[in-house]
Amino acid sequence: MTDRKIRVLVAKPGLDGHDRGAKIIARALRDAGMEVIYTGLRQTPEMIVEAALQEDVDVIGLSILSGAHMALTPRIFELMRANGLEDVKVILGGIIPDSDIESLKAMGVSGIFGPGANTTDIVAHIQQVTHSDA
Amino acid sequence: MTLDRRALARLLTRVENGQADAELAALYKNTGHAHIIGVTGAPGTGKSSLVSALTKHYRVANQTVAILAVDPTSPFSGGAILGDRIRMRDLSGDAGVFIRSMATRGNLGGLAATSADMIRTLDAAGFDKVIVETVGAGQSEVEIAQAAQTTLVLEAPGMGDDVQAIKAGILEIADILVVNKADRPGLESTVKALRAMLDLGHRAEQIVHHGSLMAITAIQIMGENEAWQPPIVQTIATDGTGITELAKQIAAHRQYLQATGTLQRRERAQLENEITMRLQEALLNRLLSEIDPQKLTDLLDQIVARQIDPAYAVNFLLNH
Repeated sequence: MTDRKIRVLVAKPGLDGHDRGAKIIARALRDAGMEVIYTGLRQTPEMIVEAALQEDVDVIGLSILSGAHMALTPRIFELMRANGLEDVKVILGGIIPDSDIESLKAMGVSGIFGPGANTTDIVAHIQQVTHSDA
Repeated sequence: MTLDRRALARLLTRVENGQADAELAALYKNTGHAHIIGVTGAPGTGKSSLVSALTKHYRVANQTVAILAVDPTSPFSGGAILGDRIRMRDLSGDAGVFIRSMATRGNLGGLAATSADMIRTLDAAGFDKVIVETVGAGQSEVEIAQAAQTTLVLEAPGMGDDVQAIKAGILEIADILVVNKADRPGLESTVKALRAMLDLGHRAEQIVHHGSLMAITAIQIMGENEAWQPPIVQTIATDGTGITELAKQIAAHRQYLQATGTLQRRERAQLENEITMRLQEALLNRLLSEIDPQKLTDLLDQIVARQIDPAYAVNFLLNH
């Protein structure tokens, strides 16, 4: 009852309708003992940051398959700063070209996991960036 | 609102983790303003959609709303997927609404162990309504009656026969029965079964809670015709049908609670039960911390070897 659980928001910003990957990640994180707030499809950056604030999550996981990551991600960071959520980690999954990885990391994305990424690695990454072994 | 939303969210995390005793003590005197509305019912009856529709209704009337949405923790991993926000996306972007998802963290009964403190925190933050959505498991999630002032029990047409409707105890906690998805086939027989059930008896005033009989209210000391008769409200949450009528009934119930003094009596009974529960937990923890682990191991060995029985061991621990 008193143990601190890692709380993760899993969200799909943008207009693509494929949430299979996001659901797989959500289950893997649950199976690793984390509490996953799953918000569903077609979330705007505003909706995502608002949910992250209300739920006081440690990590925001974004699944973006639409190619809009270079537009959506900076907007989300901008809103996070405006709401005092600088300490929340952001990880990215989906279709992200290698050429964008460096600039996404420069924006503050802590981990990027494309197709074929191992869920064990994602869990380990989250545990590491939240400094917890929960 | 006395707290900014970020501070409120962080306080809720500490409350949920049992690390906010001082803050809870300080905010307790500011509780008692919100109308606390519980929403329970089997999975698939549309609880989240109904909460969303009801919240929209209250927002039009300029009432602020906090939602506490509880989902089950996996008993295998300790993790949870909290998905109630999916059906509440229309509420996004409204500063008068605050939604918090919460896992049961091993507690049975449809709520989490710290739900009462989470509700108090949202109440003290100044919201006019605090809506608590329980885990949707169906037949024994009666703990909400211990936390809410007005409890809605949701049913949907075709979700079970009339024997299921009377068997469980879930209907006895209903202050208002909601038949959601009223556009589905089977509406009439569901409403008929519920009405027949209501005619059979009055709202239960006691429920068995954690094995002990718990008083919810004390209607028996009032006149028969003063007692609240749970109305049956038909809704279609996804298009808003019936929501105005539901809100009217919720307000009428609050009115009834206040006019008859039931609000105070019910709160008193709830608090008495809460104190008993907390005392049980505190005494157990104290006792366990005082027991020599070696002694416990020895007793376990003897029980396993069939030399003594578990009841004897408990008596021994209590008296030595």
